[in-house]
Amino acid sequence: MKLLISMFPTVLLVATPIIIAALGGLFSERSGIVNIALEGIMMVGGFAGATVCVLLESQPGIGAYAGWMGILAGLIAGVVYSLLLAVSTISFKADHTIAGTALNMLASGITVYLCQIIFGQQRTKSFIVGISKVKRIPILSNIPIIGKMIFSNVYPTIFIAVILVLFTYFLVFKTRFGLRLRACGENPQAAESVGINVYKVRYISVLISGALAGSAGAIMVLTSGIQYTISSIHGVGFIAIAALIFGKWNPFGVLGAGIFFGFSSALGVYASMIPILKLLPSEFFAAIPYVLTVVALIIFSGKSVGPKAAGEIFDSSKR
Amino acid sequence: MNKKNEKLLIPFIAIILGILVGCIILIISGKSVNGLLVGLLKGLTGFDIYKPHLGFNLRYPGEFLVSAMPIMLTGLAVGFAYRCGMFNIGAEGQVIMGSLAVTMLAILVPMPKGIGAIVCLIVGALAGALWAFIPGLLKHKFNISEVVSGIMLNYTAMYGANYFLKILPGTNNQRTVDIPSSTKLGSSFLASLTGNSRFHWGFIVVIICVIAYWFIIEKTSFGFSLRATGFNKEGARYAGIKVDKSIILSIMISGALAGLAGAIVVQGTFGYGRVMTAADNYGFDGISVALVGSSNALGILFSGMLFALLKVSQPLLQINGIPREIGEIISSSIVFFVAIQHAIKYILSKLESKKHKSMVNSKGGTSK
Repeated sequence: MKLLISMFPTVLLVATPIIIAALGGLFSERSGIVNIALEGIMMVGGFAGATVCVLLESQPGIGAYAGWMGILAGLIAGVVYSLLLAVSTISFKADHTIAGTALNMLASGITVYLCQIIFGQQRTKSFIVGISKVKRIPILSNIPIIGKMIFSNVYPTIFIAVILVLFTYFLVFKTRFGLRLRACGENPQAAESVGINVYKVRYISVLISGALAGSAGAIMVLTSGIQYTISSIHGVGFIAIAALIFGKWNPFGVLGAGIFFGFSSALGVYASMIPILKLLPSEFFAAIPYVLTVVALIIFSGKSVGPKAAGEIFDSSKR
Repeated sequence: MNKKNEKLLIPFIAIILGILVGCIILIISGKSVNGLLVGLLKGLTGFDIYKPHLGFNLRYPGEFLVSAMPIMLTGLAVGFAYRCGMFNIGAEGQVIMGSLAVTMLAILVPMPKGIGAIVCLIVGALAGALWAFIPGLLKHKFNISEVVSGIMLNYTAMYGANYFLKILPGTNNQRTVDIPSSTKLGSSFLASLTGNSRFHWGFIVVIICVIAYWFIIEKTSFGFSLRATGFNKEGARYAGIKVDKSIILSIMISGALAGLAGAIVVQGTFGYGRVMTAADNYGFDGISVALVGSSNALGILFSGMLFALLKVSQPLLQINGIPREIGEIISSSIVFFVAIQHAIKYILSKLESKKHKSMVNSKGGTSK
């Protein structure tokens, strides 16, 4: 139990970017655009975040907020980069998977290229603080067990993730915009016939998706790294897709799946201290999210859980 | 414009645009475009314009072919499935499984010279095919997108392979022990021909696969049923083609080709198995190669060379003071432009109709 408590900050640290990026995927897929490019957008966000943080950290005055400025930079960079996905898939009717794959490859090239231009090396300079941990949150950290698990010695970004989950749920399931967004992902032709501008809704959704994935990338680098390198994101964008599926394209499902995947990844580190799990190799824990997602896909198949029209190219002149 | 011309023209325009993007980025960031061209020329021919007295160093074209071979195979793999309407993003995992099977077999089972290498190739192909069977089956049985299951299986393969490679005797954190020479594809003859590069007999495998690909897709009834399924699944079903069978078979053949790529990487390029911390992208390069090559045997051959050149020239670019990632930027931009071919087609048709109009006008002018 003690180990479980000490493990929890790591779980939350790993889970935060997964959850936020998966929410990004949720917006885009619910509107009908498959976003394979999450990984690439996270890379761009992570690079922008680390760069801005490094450059601002030494400035007097704003230096203390450099980490948060980094997240903002990641968000903006994510929006700009996802614009490429939006234009190619929505306006130019590119195959979503192919465009996303191209953007993933482009991201790894362009971020390291910019590192070489700005810092003269294949990585950013390392930042000193990034985002710092909160030692203990007043009142809440006094709650027995949970207080120690969740509310002390934790990065504040996890609370942003939880707020974003609530916000996403509200926006997608309780507002008019959300209804339109889901309509575009289920049946764009029908949505258009009742006067919804499918192109506009999809553009907005993909850009929101970019904002979330970009800031997720920045948060990931600024909390768990010391600089941006080519392997900073190492497949978390794809784990986010897995979390999206495992969470049945639902914000709360995404939250649960994200924490669960964070748990399996933390177990990879901690397993050597747990008698029974010691026997299992660390690769086993690393592979869990992917294997379970395949299993989940099999279980979900036949029931319609995902957005029906995700991945279909919408052309208003076709019926 | 007729369809055949368009098929050639779009990749060509995409390549030009991709290189243009690369040049613009170089100019904006204050690097020389010349350096790019010099680096590419050296990567292709081994001739360095800055040091002309050294002449042609054949090691460079040798290494160029070494890196072209596996991505041509993965290009064929992705292309084969694409012809049948499947997007085999899981080629990466199939490459890894091919490599794993070959490494384990070669290290654990002693085999006589000559037969050993061929047995390993076959086993590599089988391993890739079996790994590809999973997304095929999931698509057939549960209608699960091969893209999503492929991505998940890529990572499963990577971690799984690392586990098995690490328990082989003598493996350290990066690599296994050398595989026995009876299973290697390298030859001192080919190496001496190309200035001691790693050029190996795998090129015969690639040539056979390119020809077989062309023959199966274009000349057999099986290939026809694959293409029909890819073109219109329901139409093909209506015409009496066993669509489900074509889907599973096509992705398994695709997996076999990817597995072969994994096999020649182990048996030829490296001569040992590698414990990977991140995917090495042979499968993803295959996607680029297949898309730019229009999933056509000859097209894949050429686009494989293009992407290999952009890859092997990277260290040479870095030496010339150009960030090596420009190679990646150019190759991914090319894929991006192929992806938005709809826009390119639109602009082309606009240009065409304009030309047509002006021709009509000028003709009208002379007849008056």
